[in-house]
Amino acid sequence: MNVVGSVLIIGGGIGGTQAALDLSESGFKVYVLEKTTSIGGVMAQLDKTFPTNDCAMCIVSPKLVAAGRHPNIELIINAEINEVLGDAGDFKVKLTKRSLHINPDICTGCGVCGQKCPVECIDLFNEKMVKNKATFVKYPQAVPLLYSINKDKCIGCGVCEGVCKAGAVEYDRADEITELNVGSIILAPGFDEFDPTPLSPYGYGKYQNVVTSIEFERILSASGPYSGLVLRPSDGDIPEKLAFLQCVGSRDPHRANAFCSSVCCMYTAKEAVIAKEHQHQVNPTIFTMDIRAYGKDFDKYINRAQDEYGIRYIRSRVSHIREDPKTKNLILTYETAEGKITNEVFNMVVLAVGLNPPEDAKKIAEIFDIKLNEYGFCYTDPFHPVETSKLGIYVCGAFSAPKDIPETVIQASAAAGKVNMLLAPARGTLITKKEYPEEIDVRGKPPRIGVFICHCGINIGGVVDVPGVVEYAKTLPNVEYVERNLYTCSADTQTGIKERIIEQNLNRVIVASCTPRTHEPLFQETIREAGLNRYLFEMANIRDQCSWVHMHEPEKATEKAKDLVRMAVGKANRIYPLKRMVLNMTHKALIIGGGITGLNTGLGFAKQGYETYIIEQDKKLGGYANNIHRLLEEKSVNDYLDALITEVKNQDNLKIYNNSRIKQVNGYVGNFEVIIEKEDGSENTLESGVIVVATGGKAYVPDEYNYKNNDKVITQIQLENQIFENKLSEDIKNIVMIQCVGSRNEEYPYCSRICCAEAIKNAILIKEKYPEKEIIILYRDIRTYGFKEKFYRKAREAGVIFLRFNKEQPPELIENNGIMRILLNSPQMGEQISMDTELVVLSTGIRPPMKSNEKLAPMLKVPLNDDGFFLEAHVKLRPVDFATEGVFLAGLAHSPKSIEESIMQSYAAVSRASTLLSKEQIESEGTIAFINPMKCSGCGLCVETCSYNAVSLNEEKHIAEVNTALCKGCGACSANCRSSAIDLLGFTNTQLYLVINQYQQ
Amino acid sequence: MAFKPKIVGFLCNWCSYAGADLAGVSRIQYPPNIRIIRLMCSGRVEPFFVFEALKQGIDGIIIMGCHPGECHYMSGNYEAEIKFNFIKKMLNFINLSDRITLKWVSASEGIRFAKVVTEFTEFIKTLGKSPIQKSKNNSDLIFSLTAMQQSMNNYRMRVLMGRKRKITEQKNVYGEKVSIDEFEELENKAIIDEYNRERISLILKKHPLSVKNLASSLDLDEKSVLDYIVWLRSKGIVDVDKIQGLTPYYISIQED
Repeated sequence: MNVVGSVLIIGGGIGGTQAALDLSESGFKVYVLEKTTSIGGVMAQLDKTFPTNDCAMCIVSPKLVAAGRHPNIELIINAEINEVLGDAGDFKVKLTKRSLHINPDICTGCGVCGQKCPVECIDLFNEKMVKNKATFVKYPQAVPLLYSINKDKCIGCGVCEGVCKAGAVEYDRADEITELNVGSIILAPGFDEFDPTPLSPYGYGKYQNVVTSIEFERILSASGPYSGLVLRPSDGDIPEKLAFLQCVGSRDPHRANAFCSSVCCMYTAKEAVIAKEHQHQVNPTIFTMDIRAYGKDFDKYINRAQDEYGIRYIRSRVSHIREDPKTKNLILTYETAEGKITNEVFNMVVLAVGLNPPEDAKKIAEIFDIKLNEYGFCYTDPFHPVETSKLGIYVCGAFSAPKDIPETVIQASAAAGKVNMLLAPARGTLITKKEYPEEIDVRGKPPRIGVFICHCGINIGGVVDVPGVVEYAKTLPNVEYVERNLYTCSADTQTGIKERIIEQNLNRVIVASCTPRTHEPLFQETIREAGLNRYLFEMANIRDQCSWVHMHEPEKATEKAKDLVRMAVGKANRIYPLKRMVLNMTHKALIIGGGITGLNTGLGFAKQGYETYIIEQDKKLGGYANNIHRLLEEKSVNDYLDALITEVKNQDNLKIYNNSRIKQVNGYVGNFEVIIEKEDGSENTLESGVIVVATGGKAYVPDEYNYKNNDKVITQIQLENQIFENKLSEDIKNIVMIQCVGSRNEEYPYCSRICCAEAIKNAILIKEKYPEKEIIILYRDIRTYGFKEKFYRKAREAGVIFLRFNKEQPPELIENNGIMRILLNSPQMGEQISMDTELVVLSTGIRPPMKSNEKLAPMLKVPLNDDGFFLEAHVKLRPVDFATEGVFLAGLAHSPKSIEESIMQSYAAVSRASTLLSKEQIESEGTIAFINPMKCSGCGLCVETCSYNAVSLNEEKHIAEVNTALCKGCGACSANCRSSAIDLLGFTNTQLYLVINQYQQ
Repeated sequence: MAFKPKIVGFLCNWCSYAGADLAGVSRIQYPPNIRIIRLMCSGRVEPFFVFEALKQGIDGIIIMGCHPGECHYMSGNYEAEIKFNFIKKMLNFINLSDRITLKWVSASEGIRFAKVVTEFTEFIKTLGKSPIQKSKNNSDLIFSLTAMQQSMNNYRMRVLMGRKRKITEQKNVYGEKVSIDEFEELENKAIIDEYNRERISLILKKHPLSVKNLASSLDLDEKSVLDYIVWLRSKGIVDVDKIQGLTPYYISIQED
């Protein structure tokens, strides 16, 4: 098949951005089509993220910036698709780029147009709680940072054109229709929030102090309307009593959506915790049906919310809300645990709204010729979780089902993994490879510093006396050339800088302008094009940290700008060229574990043409999935697994080593050497560039309920076997299932995620085969998240009885003369009840293979979490990466999850690893730590400090050594070294002393 | 003692001022209350002047310019009319809008000049003394007029006044004509918002206040006050001073 080496991604949220970064780093040209004017999606609107309470903007913005400046990613903003033709590997896409009325090639994002625009309109980013202008940028950190004119609101006064010093405003700029040729398409259009206005009992839209969760998210945000104060909209007071209502628009088939929106339980807990953190006066109460904290470390978060923050949970659904018109307080009516109807007054109410499919889902389905599911989300099959109904078009994020950020990131990488497999033959055909001139040798030459000072339109020049700073800079040591620019970042200035470097024979360059966080790479690229090493560059931040923050004190701002320039010159006098380390890449992949995850991962690499090894400790492939016959979603696991194993065995470049264990791991990313040992003691040494940990999990064998001695007490796995082998005895009339056995307790606090679905699956199967059998499920929370909710309802409709118990009062089993009786204290019933049963089924959950994990983790230099599962690099945005480069994880090794989710993670690991495997060589940054062996005492402090395992102790020489391939250049080792033996290139002690001293002068 | 209103006239040099001279030459008599300030064009009338005059206790203000289509400077009188309407809309908030008027008087209309002045003077007499003079308790009015003065100086109001004619009568940058209704909807909202923002930022210069305090002393609803505070905070004009109980108090952080 002839395929095109480019990809179109629809939607620039966190999902689309992740897929774009993966694919552009894997040798494909990527187009990201975004319908608004900036990428970032909903995540950019969020204040904090659970369960780590990381600031959303802080973690997402580096990814957005990286996507914005990647040479192989083209962001197409404010655009829509008109037509898609062709087939997998070769699509033709017609699209319209709606005019911004501002020339994106010229706009520098300085923002003067927005300040001067006289038209105020609502700010959608801030959920209409703040006003924006008709000439606007979506949010201050937007990528791309381009202003645009909202033509619907603009009155055409012409002021922005007048104030734009760059001349970027073009009112007559027309929409542009263009066509792209791409090999594959990923759909990542996200979701829409459920609009609670039609649910009249809640009074949203009528009562000022009833807000949605996304509005509340903006209220919490430091950059939101109230600058982070928790206030209620009616009068700006702090809401002392704050109520959160769960499941608004979700799990509500009669009035709204039937499915569970998967994320609300957790984001509500987070919003309650953060509200309390921001404003101690706030006392949150959460009204909920079940607490669905099914993800990794989620239950711990809920426990902390309750125990540490005192968040009150009430298990009830609020029936309606009334407003006291005088105080604007809200009176909530609900049923208490005792079944009494009660009223309670709150100062403010947050509706935890669910996720709807995107408004234009039907249109998307039509244009791309894909199927939607019964709820209007993109249809996928549990065994093919990123494939749409059309070959070559993949899906990720909330468009396929409601999901949270890490799962979106996983699915995005998974979609990218599938694209890698499809388009591997065309890899590298459409990307731009840049040729640079040879580097000018600056060794031994005295510094000749060029300083370029930016006016940034009026952003800097309007406050700081730029000509004064220019004159001042000329007096500084070794400064040979100084100029000022209207915009130093504009394309013509880049040409100018290159010319000046040659003409003036400059060998150090300083730009005094905005922040290096966004602009340093641009200028480094420019000087590299002129033949200078990238690291012969310094920046002075005289806008974001000077003119913008001392607007009313121009003289002091000018003084500060001079100081900042002098400090930069001080450092520039002592900067030297740095080399980026280049490592060779072994184009082979090694996977530890031959379950569903390992097998899919293996195929993912092998199908791209990489030689692949799967190491399996058992004789049989398939892992945990061998325990399962059928999915809750009524698909046969046996058939799928058989087909998968056949496919793996037929793949020529994929080799399986069964009955084998990892004995030793040497080397590092690109150059691993793994020694494996067979059962019979024979050894094999395998080379690989990357390693994927897919070691799986095991079923917990319970000690509870006399399981080990009573054959009438079985696990769900045994029950499923009995059902499928028709061995369920006719004598059994009453079955009691007990959930959370060995999960969510003091010792094992995590939720095993799959057991609720397992129990419901088996209950439905039994009811279908033997409708006369009575089934009672005893549970703490039913966690049938997402579309699984349907089966919970189906089970109830089939007559399965669900009774809740509290953690403190688990059901008791009494055996007397062969009669089994369950005693239960259910908060639903009020008093203790007893039931006789012929079969007790325990939902026992998943345990990590503790012993082997503890052996493997140190070999790979990767961590485990408290529960014994492997711990990823970042729970939100790097869910299948380890901090140790070149090592990835997927499946049950990460945490308990469904087969569908394991398959997703395996493709995700394929994609993440492909960003390395696809390269001939990998380049590291030049700013890395180095050790002076003469000074090193070999104490090992640095080894402990390093989070990336880049520093190790050379036992022979008894000194520390830095593995430059692994060093990320943070410098923590250097600051810990007691003998000043470690320094960080680019930020050396000498350089930083100089900077400090220059300030004092 | 009979009320002798003080009236200020802002007159354009070429028509109205000449008209006034003609009244003089023709010995046409009119009440002696008016003091005329000569300007080269009625378009020169800066809203600041009007509010300043009112703050000083002037009882009536009359602006005169050339008849439509006859401006010596092509269109200065149209500009005067736009500014006049903005001023009038603002003065409506404190019931002073009757005390200003705009009239067209040509160089040949000596009689008309005298008539206009006479009628306006009589009208002001029926209104009585300016409330600024009438009561020693006039700080509220002075405060409101100061807020108006400042809000009319703001860039947004200047743009709306400055571009209104072009946008609604000729065409905007897209070559379209914006309907007067659409423009005035925006204009009216802007006038209210800018006036209230100025009032809030002025009052917060004196002492910290809560949303509820502000709402009751400025006669606004609490929700709108909060929205204004949000805006002023985002522009670095006010900030939270303290939180008392459950209520934040705000203060101006702008230097004079």
